[in-house]
Amino acid sequence: MREISTEVIKETVKDLFIKINYDIGEDVLAALKEGLEKEESETGRAILEQILENDKIAATERIAMCQDTGFSIIFVKLGQDVRITGGDFNEAINQGVREAYQEGYLRKSVVDDPLFDRKNTKDNTPAIIYVEMVPGDKIHIEVTAKGGGSENMSAMKMLTPSQGEQGVRDFVIGTVSNAGPNPCPPIIVGVGIGGTIEKCALLAKKATLRKLGEHNPDPRYAQLEKDLLEEINKLGIGPGGLGGRVTALAVNIEHFPAHIASLPVVVNICCHAARHGEAVI
Amino acid sequence: MTKQYKKITTPLTDEVVKSLKAGDNVLISGEVYTARDAAHKRFISCIKEGKELPIDLNGKVIYYVGPAPAKPGYVCGSAGPTTSGRMDSNTPPLLDRGLKGMIGKGLRSPEVVESMKKNKAVYFAATGGAAALIAKSIKKVELVAYEDLGTEAVRKMVVEDLPVTVVIDSEGNNLYETGPVKYKR
Repeated sequence: MREISTEVIKETVKDLFIKINYDIGEDVLAALKEGLEKEESETGRAILEQILENDKIAATERIAMCQDTGFSIIFVKLGQDVRITGGDFNEAINQGVREAYQEGYLRKSVVDDPLFDRKNTKDNTPAIIYVEMVPGDKIHIEVTAKGGGSENMSAMKMLTPSQGEQGVRDFVIGTVSNAGPNPCPPIIVGVGIGGTIEKCALLAKKATLRKLGEHNPDPRYAQLEKDLLEEINKLGIGPGGLGGRVTALAVNIEHFPAHIASLPVVVNICCHAARHGEAVI
Repeated sequence: MTKQYKKITTPLTDEVVKSLKAGDNVLISGEVYTARDAAHKRFISCIKEGKELPIDLNGKVIYYVGPAPAKPGYVCGSAGPTTSGRMDSNTPPLLDRGLKGMIGKGLRSPEVVESMKKNKAVYFAATGGAAALIAKSIKKVELVAYEDLGTEAVRKMVVEDLPVTVVIDSEGNNLYETGPVKYKR
């Protein structure tokens, strides 16, 4: 049994949220630069240049790359041989978020009640926390700060099994097409296929976290990712939605077994400011 | 930058508005006012209750933004555009009261476009997610109303060469429609 204190967990969460809001991932940077080379639209290229310049300013000056510093989501893989000491595990994570958003000059974007009060909680909590128990004596923490603009353009649908692959393709393309300029293209398209309605949404969210350039290990899904990316980049939406070739940087699919009656699909759109990071304690 | 820019100064006159065409790249200088979801809701309540709005909208430009907090030594935190469509249902009454320009990102409703044509107004897009870059154009920030709304409060920003693109002009031409068509395969 290995002991890990809540203080260490809090500090890890805090450092991660500050870092991901200042430093865009190398994979996203590489994809944006590749997009700049591919983009045929002059306006599109200018938008991509602005984004690259923006990301450089954020990293150099240690400021948020986007004013929407997102809802804080934390995926924890908790080793079953770990004993947590020093207090409440969930509270430690929330405290990490609180301190990151305060000390990192990040925007507080969470309201306490979704429908009636909508009062800002003023510290970006509560965080959304998922815990999965795994073998071992380590804690793996993966975080993402999810912006509202792209989240709002995400969609879910319970397809019938007979609608099959074509149904999935039509739904993904239709969702991206409807989103148009709203989710800050170029986007990353996370797709969940299978499971139940909530499992499918979680798959789609996790798909947005995958490193760009990596594909689903199943060659059939990997091919579908490539095909969908090509189709999306034929839509013409382009950077900023002003017209162009580079609408999406990647399509990432995560899949899971499904009920004999079901084919759930969720499309979770993530903007080019794809902020995620991980640490192992 | 590979683009050519038109320079304009706020407040906007009808003449300037009419000279702006969908697709123009523009650098805005002067005052712009921040307002997003919660502030728009309050504007509309004011109008319904016959109360005076906290800003005289004549010739004004509203920027749909909720900035990040400013780090010490900074005038403003990162401040990119939010999705404009959420303000659609509350926009025509503001255009009827003289609002001439809106800065945001994303689609507008047919009702907003009709009201823009009727009232001669223009819709600009700033680059979504280029918030740290955009903040460089913001030279002064002053609270105007609704401090309790935090990041969503109404603020007067003095901007210098804020880079935007005309997406919908006062004749209703829409770059979000014409731009993608050119690149659709």
